[in-house]
Amino acid sequence: MTATTESITLDVHEMGVTEVNRALRALPDGSSATLTQIRGAHNLAVGLTNKIHITVEGSTGYYLGGLCDGPDITVNGSPGPGLGENLMSGTIRVNGNSSSAAGATAHGGLIIVSGDVSSRAAISFKGGTLAVAGDCGHMSAFMAQAGTLLIGGNAGESLGDSLYEAVVYVGGKVRSLGADARTEDLTEADVAKVRELIEKSGFDHINPENVTKVASAKQLYNFDALKNQRY
Amino acid sequence: MCGIVGILVRDPALEGDLGQYFSTMLEEMTARGPDSAGLAIYDRGVDANATRYSLRTDNPSANWSAVKAEVESATGASATIEINGHVAFLTTSAPTAEVHSALAASEEQIIVVGEGHAMSLIKDVGLPGEICERYDVSDVKGYMALGHTRMATESAVTIDGAHPFSPRPDLALVHNGSFSNHATIRRQLADAGVHCITQNDTEVCAQYIGWRMAEGDTLEDAMRHVLKEFDGFFTLVVSTQNAFSVVRDAFACKPMVVAETDQYVAVASEYHALAGLPGIENARVFEPQPEEIHTWTV
Repeated sequence: MTATTESITLDVHEMGVTEVNRALRALPDGSSATLTQIRGAHNLAVGLTNKIHITVEGSTGYYLGGLCDGPDITVNGSPGPGLGENLMSGTIRVNGNSSSAAGATAHGGLIIVSGDVSSRAAISFKGGTLAVAGDCGHMSAFMAQAGTLLIGGNAGESLGDSLYEAVVYVGGKVRSLGADARTEDLTEADVAKVRELIEKSGFDHINPENVTKVASAKQLYNFDALKNQRY
Repeated sequence: MCGIVGILVRDPALEGDLGQYFSTMLEEMTARGPDSAGLAIYDRGVDANATRYSLRTDNPSANWSAVKAEVESATGASATIEINGHVAFLTTSAPTAEVHSALAASEEQIIVVGEGHAMSLIKDVGLPGEICERYDVSDVKGYMALGHTRMATESAVTIDGAHPFSPRPDLALVHNGSFSNHATIRRQLADAGVHCITQNDTEVCAQYIGWRMAEGDTLEDAMRHVLKEFDGFFTLVVSTQNAFSVVRDAFACKPMVVAETDQYVAVASEYHALAGLPGIENARVFEPQPEEIHTWTV
């Protein structure tokens, strides 16, 4: 028997975070849920593997959507630190700003932020994608191993410090590059990748042919033994 | 970890409800600092020529009326005292040095935690919610309040180690983080004749700011000197009678959220402490960037 899809509204203040997450986890694929009365709650919608759509009506605390491997999340508000931390797949779309460490260690998935993000965005990325319409705080993409960070506005200090294979594209100005980060010329593949991200995010104020590409200069990073391996 | 909250009221209509908003904010920070809490409330209740001394004692059977009488007889000036358990607020226009010697001479083991024209300072050990209830914080009125919930790392869980620290009249400082060179600066301050009372790292920073301002620095100048001299992790909020100022270290690992409306400016370590404020949905909400000093005036 196929489970029927559901459409529910959950009051976070009334139910508490644990019960809200339990209810979300129980929803069959294709269902949708709206979270209300958020009041900055931490750890909402974490560790979910079902393919549901969640709408978060308000600003949240730490780790919204962290560890998720399935759902699509829309936030009408501004999430706190660690948005989508260690995201595996799915999309998180924020209509607002995000605090520090957005997308930290994300392995996959797509995070789209319509406003600005704070420090350490995409830190230690392992394959995720973060698209930011506005500005990005300092130390962003620090030690990012794989994945893409697109910044529509300006990037803060020490962008891309100790980068590995991840790539950063900046529409505005870069305040300063971190250790072992350098700018590179855009290839056709870069332009195509940025264009695809613009289509997904709707950030058409970004010109895919006029972004600054930041990648590793590979002076600090030289793990030759792993050169032909996936990691 | 520690929690910081602060609010400066711009709309006088909110002053009567300050305690209610503020106690909720402080209690929301319980998870960040459950071992002790403290607060500095600023109101317009004291005459311009009088000073209010925020006092506490560890003596459970302290006779506060006797303390008042001792101060009055030593200084020859009248005083009023407002008593709340271990804590009392003594107001007098007697010269400060005379009041301090009278209090030091008292057998009731009195500690002056702060003084000034506008500030009342309370700190205690326990859960923030219990401390708010113990001192009827939800009933207080005023135009500004600064609070801290502590999870001790650098020194013992004692009332002395609780924040805010007040090194000079009407100044209060709260800190989330830890300083790594506080012992060095403590020695430098001692050479300059400024002596810390506790072993706490935050007190060193408070005394440093107090010393800089005594040397003529503005609050912002003193904050700039903190950025230059102090090593470690910090988000600091410092309040004076007319202003409060926020700064984060170069790494900005310790959080801070600011919400600004026509009615108030409020700060907190985490947004949920601000979520109950009126009109928060339409507030300008932002995080101070590393090494940026933000100051708001009354």
